[in-house]
Amino acid sequence: MPKYVMVIDQARCVGCMACVVACTLENSVPPEHYRTRVIEMVTGDFLNLRSEMRPELCNHCDDAPCVTVCPTGASHHKPDGTVQIDRSKCVGCKACIAACPYNARYINEEHGYADKCSFCEQRLRVGKQPACVATCIGKSRIFGDLNDPESEVSQKLRDNSYRVLKEAAGTSPNIYYINQFPKRM
Amino acid sequence: MIFSRRKFLKYAAVSAGSTLLAETPFLPARAREKVKADGSDVRYVPTTCEMCFWKCGVIAKVVDGKVVKLEGNPRHPQSRGRLCARGQGGIGLLYDKDRLKVPMIRTGPRGSGPRGENRYKQASWDEALGYVAKKLKEIAAKHGPEAVGLFAHGSSGTYFNNVVRAMGSANVAYPSFSQCLGARDVAWELTFGIKPNSTCERVDLANSRVIILFGTHLGENMHNSQTQEFAEAVGRGAKIIVVDPRYSTAASKASMWLPIKPGTDLALLLAWINIIISEGWYDKEYVKQYTTGFERLRKEVEQYTPAWAAQETDLPMDKIVEAVREIGRYAPNVLLHPGRHFSWHGNDTQRGRAMAIINALLGTWGRPGGLWLPPKVNLPTFSENPEHPEAKQDPVVFGDYPFAGGEGLTQELRKATLTGKPYPIKAWIVTGTNLIKTMPQQELTRKAIDSLDLLVAIDVMPTDTVMHADVILPECTYLERHDGLFTITTREAGIAIRQPAVKPLYQSRPGWWIGSELCKKLGLAQYAVKDTWEGRMRRQARTWGLDYDRLARVGYIPLTGSGRPYITKTNQPVFHTQSKKIELVSSDLDDEDFDVIPHYKPIEQPKKGEYRLLYGRSPVHTFTRTVNDLWLWELKKENEVWLNKHEARRLGIKDGEKVRLKNQDQVISDPIRARVTERIRRDCVFMVHGFGQHSPAMTRAYNRGADDQQLITRCKIDPICGVTGMRVNFVKILREA
Repeated sequence: MPKYVMVIDQARCVGCMACVVACTLENSVPPEHYRTRVIEMVTGDFLNLRSEMRPELCNHCDDAPCVTVCPTGASHHKPDGTVQIDRSKCVGCKACIAACPYNARYINEEHGYADKCSFCEQRLRVGKQPACVATCIGKSRIFGDLNDPESEVSQKLRDNSYRVLKEAAGTSPNIYYINQFPKRM
Repeated sequence: MIFSRRKFLKYAAVSAGSTLLAETPFLPARAREKVKADGSDVRYVPTTCEMCFWKCGVIAKVVDGKVVKLEGNPRHPQSRGRLCARGQGGIGLLYDKDRLKVPMIRTGPRGSGPRGENRYKQASWDEALGYVAKKLKEIAAKHGPEAVGLFAHGSSGTYFNNVVRAMGSANVAYPSFSQCLGARDVAWELTFGIKPNSTCERVDLANSRVIILFGTHLGENMHNSQTQEFAEAVGRGAKIIVVDPRYSTAASKASMWLPIKPGTDLALLLAWINIIISEGWYDKEYVKQYTTGFERLRKEVEQYTPAWAAQETDLPMDKIVEAVREIGRYAPNVLLHPGRHFSWHGNDTQRGRAMAIINALLGTWGRPGGLWLPPKVNLPTFSENPEHPEAKQDPVVFGDYPFAGGEGLTQELRKATLTGKPYPIKAWIVTGTNLIKTMPQQELTRKAIDSLDLLVAIDVMPTDTVMHADVILPECTYLERHDGLFTITTREAGIAIRQPAVKPLYQSRPGWWIGSELCKKLGLAQYAVKDTWEGRMRRQARTWGLDYDRLARVGYIPLTGSGRPYITKTNQPVFHTQSKKIELVSSDLDDEDFDVIPHYKPIEQPKKGEYRLLYGRSPVHTFTRTVNDLWLWELKKENEVWLNKHEARRLGIKDGEKVRLKNQDQVISDPIRARVTERIRRDCVFMVHGFGQHSPAMTRAYNRGADDQQLITRCKIDPICGVTGMRVNFVKILREA
């Protein structure tokens, strides 16, 4: 069984937002809601600036609070490690939205269920990469199977130091960030 | 990657049929064209994007006659399977509720009351085209056919260029020259005899070890394959050096950011040329073999010392020296990017020359990591119409500028319209360009429009310029029409196609059809399209020895063997200059009495309390073309003015506060939010171009943000090629009460 994760090489992200539009159209995300976003953070003073591009999405946590708090079992883990939502079971109580430390979920107002990144389940089923990965202009987003030692994600995580977001939240997230700031001359 | 091609096919083979067939674009057309997956009709149509002008290959997924997704065509070298935000947002343009839907003719008298109101009547195509033809004929009869001018951008320019030239006018101008990359192209033509760009800049970023960018904000300036290669270079650890008064996205990826004082780029470049020569970083063999004028260049740049440049550019001297040594150390696998939008300060051709000269000295032309050599394309000429008649009067679009390019100077056409000299211009056809927002000195554009007998606009959206027109002809979007064939020249050449994913919506029509019908109505049927554009494309493909059906199926066919990107013993570069060499000293400039080697003359700097107005791009927008697109609008609804934090504190302006900008001619902008940041020098401000739409018919974009062109009331014309330097305006910041 695969274990799907995403590795994000932040140095290669140019903040072009191609991923955001790809996701929105692939998944019919309602206006003003996002399953993924790109945060640009700049620190330091003039002449000594440092910038970080940070794509964010559902972390498909191993210890996912959204799954724990869900009263109906709509939010659940799949055997491939991803966190998914069974829309027919969701009652729109928003407990998961409150529980998620990553602000990754929203309510689809038209249909009343909670929604979020599914790693484009529908695309995985037919052998495609998630839409954000497939279109990523900088090849900053890398998706794959952590159980396969030869996969690109496994290799990347072997060869680089990485971090996860909000490790202290204790949810064992599965989006890994690699960031190498440019070497100063 | 976990989904290797092989694994994917294996997976496809064992899985249940139809859904998968529908999901893959790699199958033969018949299999792809109509597949019923869960009852819906799914088709994949390969075509060419026109959300900008990079000509990416797109595959449109069409379900039950509706385009639901756009993805990059993996075969196409401009997209390589990926599309930017705008490319994917094309669906937003196609289904924009504000699109032009029917032909319209102005009803109210001209010049009475504000325009942009709905004082139009709907018309049939027959009526609208008949009206345009009648008016054009009257104007031509009274003033001569030269009284008809064309402003164009994009694929449809071809069709209306045909109309205007068939009438006997050569007054055609593309803003892409005068307001964009003209000076750069001329500079490289003067130096190398060839432009640095065909379909894209011939920059070998993927293999470059040091890349220097002068204001080129890759990432924000989202040209697909080029940005892919830039990210590749960053990922590989190539050194990036960015010269820009603003800490751009590209600067954030750089090993060195040089926040230069705006307008002093040439000082830095000349000092670099001096260092490259005096410290011996130049490629001696290459210079000897391929260039002329080295000795004279050496002597003339001796005066430009690093200490002098440091003072002039406001950059530390050690950084200036270090940067150029770094590029010298790794030459020739390095690149000083030629740039793209180049109409900055009115001395732009010489700035471009200096950039070209540095590339020549370092031997980057034809070297891995530098600029690749143009591919060799030998396609037979194809034409189905007679030659256009020679215009009886010289066109006005070249002004008095000896090196004005074939694309013409927009402002010269405007000037002739305003003055009636050397002869009257009474009709404009405008297609694919929002002139009022594109050209500097808006008031002149408006006045010129007021003086016309006829303004015809062919466009998709009701832009400011369109809503000034007498006749509005609704063109369909690129997803609804045929265009091409396109010759795509990257490292290798290839042929691409644009074909409709869906039928034209409303009463909109393809540009080729509108142009062709107009020819017929003008009594110039010999210049019309024989049957359909697709028919023409088929015949063109046959002439070129291409299988049209295959092209329609895959979207792009490479001309294998056409590309030999690097210099070898048997692959020598050709320079179309007078000397047939790279001209460090330009003979063409000598003939016209310009400086044969670039020299520095300081330009005017803002006074205390004023800021130089800089402008640029957002990755999710293309000028004003995309600001009303639902998906892109949502990501960036308005622009902000970037203001240095310390200046903001001095002025008492907070981040996000609405301000107005007032320029040296007392023109005050629309309100715009301040973006208070450390990311820009204290002597300039920056805003993204394309916002501040005044056409209420663009319901989303209307009155969002401010228009930089409002404030560009002054421009400095480059004496060599006539482009309009637009970064010469100074603004004060006014707090909104």
